[in-house]
Amino acid sequence: MEYEAVIGLETHVQLKTKSKMWCGCANEFGAPPNTNVCPVCLGMPGVLPVANDEGLRLTVLTGYLLHCTIPRFAKFDRKNYFYPDAPKNYQVTQYDKPSTANGYLDFEFNGGMSRVRITRAHLEEDVGKNFHFDRNSGVDFNRAGVPLLEIVSEPDITSPDMAYAYLNALKDVLVYGGVSDCDMEKGMVRCDVNISVRPKGQKELGAKIEIKNMNSFSGARKALEYEIPRQIEVLTKGGKLSQETRRWDDVANITETMRSKEQAHDYRYFPEPDLMPFEPTEAWLEEVSKRVVELPLARKQRFMVDYELPAPDAETFVNDVPLGDYFEKAVASAKNRKAIANWVINNLRAKITETQIPLAEVKVKPNDIPELVALVDNGKISSKIAQDVFAEMFTSGDSPAQIVEKKGLAQVSDTGAIEKLCDEAIAANPKSVEDYKAGKVAALNSLKGQVMKLSKGKANPALVGEILEKKLKA
Amino acid sequence: MAGTEIDVKYVAHLARISLSPAEEQKIGAQLGNILGYIEKLKELDVSQVEPTAHAVPLINVTRPDEIRPSLPTDEALRNAPAKANGLFLVPKIVE
Ligand SMILES: [Zn+2]
Repeated sequence: MEYEAVIGLETHVQLKTKSKMWCGCANEFGAPPNTNVCPVCLGMPGVLPVANDEGLRLTVLTGYLLHCTIPRFAKFDRKNYFYPDAPKNYQVTQYDKPSTANGYLDFEFNGGMSRVRITRAHLEEDVGKNFHFDRNSGVDFNRAGVPLLEIVSEPDITSPDMAYAYLNALKDVLVYGGVSDCDMEKGMVRCDVNISVRPKGQKELGAKIEIKNMNSFSGARKALEYEIPRQIEVLTKGGKLSQETRRWDDVANITETMRSKEQAHDYRYFPEPDLMPFEPTEAWLEEVSKRVVELPLARKQRFMVDYELPAPDAETFVNDVPLGDYFEKAVASAKNRKAIANWVINNLRAKITETQIPLAEVKVKPNDIPELVALVDNGKISSKIAQDVFAEMFTSGDSPAQIVEKKGLAQVSDTGAIEKLCDEAIAANPKSVEDYKAGKVAALNSLKGQVMKLSKGKANPALVGEILEKKLKA
Repeated sequence: MAGTEIDVKYVAHLARISLSPAEEQKIGAQLGNILGYIEKLKELDVSQVEPTAHAVPLINVTRPDEIRPSLPTDEALRNAPAKANGLFLVPKIVE
C-alpha cells in the first residue's frame, strides 16, 4: 500500500522590538544571564504587564504579509503549566481570539508554485533558557517575555522538502517585512512539526504526532525524513500509531517518545486578567498597513515580467533591495533593460564592493546609466571606452556625455582619419601584412589592435576592420 | 444541593499540590459544591450575550517600545533558593 504524509508546522519567531512584550527590559541576545530581567518578566507578585505597542504592530504586520484577516477584537489568555523556564507558571498567549487568522504563503517549490494556508499567527511570549549541569539545571530569564509570534500552518505540506521550502520562504517574508531577524544561531526561529501518515486516497487523517526540539530548518527536514518512514513501517507491520509528542535528537538523528506524563496537555486556558483586550482602530490598522512591503517572490516575478530580466538578475535585485530600487530608477525610460541591469550588477555593484562606498553615497546618478548605454548603442563610444567612462562617472559624478566630451573619447568614425591610422599600422608591421597575405587571417586582428592603439581606443572597431581588409586586399 | 464529581487527584497534580486522603475528601466536596453552583448558572440563557473578556471596560492599554532599566542581577536572584553564575538553579530538568 502507498502512504502519504500530512504535515503542518508551528513556527515560532521572535519579534524585532527594542524591549520585551510586557515590560521595559531589553529584547537583546547574548547579555550575561539574568541582566535583562525585572519583577514583571520574573513573574513576581503584584506586578502589572503592559503591552508593547510595537509588538502588536509587528503581529498585525505579519498578518498583512501573510494575507490574513485581522479581527477587530483580540485578547490574551493564560496557558498554565509548570516548567522551570516559565517564571509565572503560565505563558501569556492568544487562545481563541488571535490577532490574525486565515492567511496563506505562496512559494516556489519543485519548479512551480505552492501554497500553504496559514491558520493563524498569534502573539505570545518567549520563555527563559535552561542550561543543564550534572546535578541540576540553571535558568536565565533574559529571554522570558520577549515577544514571540506563533505561526500555525494548515496541514498542507506533503514532504520534508516542501516543509523546508515553506520555512525558508516564511523566513524571507519575515526578514523582508522587518518583523524578525530570524537569526537561527540566536534561536530567533524555532519550529514544531505535526505529522501523520495515511494510505493514499484515504480521507481521514492518521494519528497526529508532534515533534519538538528542532532548532534549524534542516533539522526539521531531517526529523521528517526520519519520522515519515518510521510511521509507515509501524503501519505496514500491522502496528497502530497513537497521538504522542516526540523529541528530535539532533545528535543521534532520531525522534523518540517524550515521557507520557509530560504529554498530558491540560493547559486550563483562561482570559489574562492583567491585560486588556486589543481592538485595532481603522487609523491604527492604516498606519500598520503602510509598513507592508513588496514580498520577495512578488518582487522577483515583477522584475522578470516588467523588465524582462532573467531569474538570476531578478534574484540579485530581490536580495539587494536598494540596488534593485536603483535599477528601477535607471531603467525607467530606457529601452535596453538587460544592458542597464548588466551595468548595475556587474559594474556598479563591483565598484561598491571595491571602494566600500555605500550605494546611498554613490555619485553615479541612476539616469546616467541609460545615457551611457545609449552612447554605446548609438556607436558614439566603444564598449571598451564605456568601461573607462563608467570609472570616471564613479569618481567624478559627471554625466557620461560630459566625460566623453571633456576627454575627447568619442569614437572616431571619420573614414579619412581611420584610413590614415591604418596606413601607419600597415607601414609599421610588414610581418603581419606578410602573414595575412600568406593566408593567416588572425594577422588582421593584430593589425586591428595596432590601429586601435594608435587611435587610443577611439576608432570604430568595425570600421577599422573593414578599411584594413580593403587595403590589404588591394 | 448535589455536588458534581471532580477528579481531585488530577486537579491537585496539575496544580502541583499534594493532598492527604482526608484533604482530598474535604476539598473534593467543596469543589463539587462550587461546580454545583455553576451548573445552576448554566440554566440562564446567555446565547445573546457576548462573553466578557475583561471585567474592566478598558481596551488598548499599551506602552511605547522603549527600554527601561532592569533589576541588578543580585537583586533579581535575591530570593532564589539556589543560584550560581547569575543563573537560578533548579532541580535537574529531564526532558
Ligand atoms: Zn522585564
